[in-house]
Amino acid sequence: MIASQLPVLLIVLPLMTAPLCVLLGGRRLAYLLALTVSACVFGISLALMARVLQSGPIHYDIGGWQPPYGIEYVVDYLSGFVMLFVSAIAAIVLAYAPRTVELEIPGSKHTLFYASYLLCLTGLLGMCITGDLFNVFVFLEISSLSSYAMISLARTRRAPLAALRYLILGTVGATFFLIGIGLVYQMTGTLNLDDIAHRLPREGGPRTILVAFAFMTIGLCIKMAVFPVHSWLPNAYTYAPSAVTAFIAATSTKVSVYIFIRLVYDIFTPEFAFDLLPLDSELTTLALVGIFVASTSAIYQSDVKRLLAYSSIAQIGYMLLGISMGTQEGLTAGIVHMFNHALIKGGLFMVVGCYALQLRSVQLEDWRGAGRTMPWTSMAWALGGLGLIGVPVTVGFVSKWLLLTTAVQTEHWAVAVLMLVSSLLAVVYIWRVVETLYFHEPSGRAARAKEAPLSMLVPTYVVIAATLLFGVWTTYSAGLAGRAAAALLGAGS
Amino acid sequence: MSMNTFPIIRVVTKLLIPYILLFALYVQFHGDYGPGGGFQAGVILAAALTLYGLVFGLEAAKRVAPPKLMQRLMALGVLIYAGTGVATMLMGGNFLDYNHLTHDVWPQVLPSGQHLGIFLVELGVGVTVTAVMTMIFYTFAGRQHIT
Repeated sequence: MIASQLPVLLIVLPLMTAPLCVLLGGRRLAYLLALTVSACVFGISLALMARVLQSGPIHYDIGGWQPPYGIEYVVDYLSGFVMLFVSAIAAIVLAYAPRTVELEIPGSKHTLFYASYLLCLTGLLGMCITGDLFNVFVFLEISSLSSYAMISLARTRRAPLAALRYLILGTVGATFFLIGIGLVYQMTGTLNLDDIAHRLPREGGPRTILVAFAFMTIGLCIKMAVFPVHSWLPNAYTYAPSAVTAFIAATSTKVSVYIFIRLVYDIFTPEFAFDLLPLDSELTTLALVGIFVASTSAIYQSDVKRLLAYSSIAQIGYMLLGISMGTQEGLTAGIVHMFNHALIKGGLFMVVGCYALQLRSVQLEDWRGAGRTMPWTSMAWALGGLGLIGVPVTVGFVSKWLLLTTAVQTEHWAVAVLMLVSSLLAVVYIWRVVETLYFHEPSGRAARAKEAPLSMLVPTYVVIAATLLFGVWTTYSAGLAGRAAAALLGAGS
Repeated sequence: MSMNTFPIIRVVTKLLIPYILLFALYVQFHGDYGPGGGFQAGVILAAALTLYGLVFGLEAAKRVAPPKLMQRLMALGVLIYAGTGVATMLMGGNFLDYNHLTHDVWPQVLPSGQHLGIFLVELGVGVTVTAVMTMIFYTFAGRQHIT
């Protein structure tokens, strides 16, 4: 019996534990509950993925109502893959979190923090698993609202302001997405994703459908932090508590990318988006400009969290490049880069959290010479940085290699060259930090600092080790992404 | 200064509040048959509390509905809703499949099946909405940390 209920348990477990944390009230208890549940959720997504690999997509009807009348949960290759890494990152970051949470969040808010964390996880997983367009919006709001709350919990006075800016832009994005949903509903009379895909009139591009597509694309672009509408992201990532940044940076924008892939490839189909509309060339341009502008900005940052935040905007560009190529290889590269970047950025933000705990600062100048007093943490930064640059034997290389070969195969020569050049920018901003850590006389703080506690180093190294492991062993990263891409393109045509 | 010093307002408020509460309960329990339901009922219930707070002062309202309790109630409502879903799962159905809540205990009086499911779910919504609306009022009225 329990096996057939797994898809909904994935959502219900964190959803019910969040209010339980508030109701029971104990800080320690809330943490243990949240940790247990996030581990269970990871187990469930593993089990679901295994079942999908064995016997194909899983469908679950909420309340016993058949689709398209009721809400349906669908686990297929793509959603299973995204849920797998989202739940994995959530569990690991939570295992890493307690020390930084004690430092960065006022004691009276700890239970609320763990409740919001679980709600955010619920929202992110819900967006992946649901097969209902309006449900996507509901879960999008659950994850966004809880992340605004988590960002504003930090002790710094700038955190609430950063959260408010994110709230305003995020709400604009969500509203745009909702307007799009409304228009699609008007044209098709259904909200079930599968049903919409069959009923949507695409021939000749009716104006309502064009407007709906435009609204949804722009709404999601804001949520994904694509270059010209990214301005909420740097402040939100910089002023949020370290654990929150690590979790959100690794998962939240990726899930929006997932929704965007569903929208373009499943609902509106690539023929509509790329042939009838010039979305592919637009996305390629925005992605490339974004990669260069954001990477260049990253080079000039003195705050390491902000540096990584700008780098995140650039990395979103690589995912969009893959998606906009429209071929199976390109899509595979885009999907696998979601996974790879989640590991790299999650790991690097966890490293930043270690420094924030021991040095009480994320300013680069305070990190001078910390390589001598915190050797393990510094090595983790170097290893994670190699992944971000895309050096062979790291995950970064896998996705960039796939992107590059696709660009060459489809004769996008400019894209291929610009991609290689942009990697050099990543070398510059990563090396700046490495140089500060290893080749400078220790600053006062760094000389007095001790190595980060094992409770944080171990989870950090688990993630960093994963970036190396999946750089060599790609059966379940690029392999799964490839099957997801094949399924998407097969269904679209 | 609260409006406690105006006798007419005080008396009228005291007269009105019971009827507002009654109307909230009507909307809550009649939601199964006609317009209404947990959200509307919760807002009406919170309106009664808000009126009480406006007239007799924030402190008086907080004695009636302590913020700590409201915070717990917010969570409790969600648990009632999701708990109904879990109950249907334990009884062998899908999440929120109310058909599995069918029973034969006192059939004329107690709701059963789909009816019982909606009743429980709306109860959860009512509890959470009441608590949230009240907390929003406290937050704006207090303009400081309330817990």
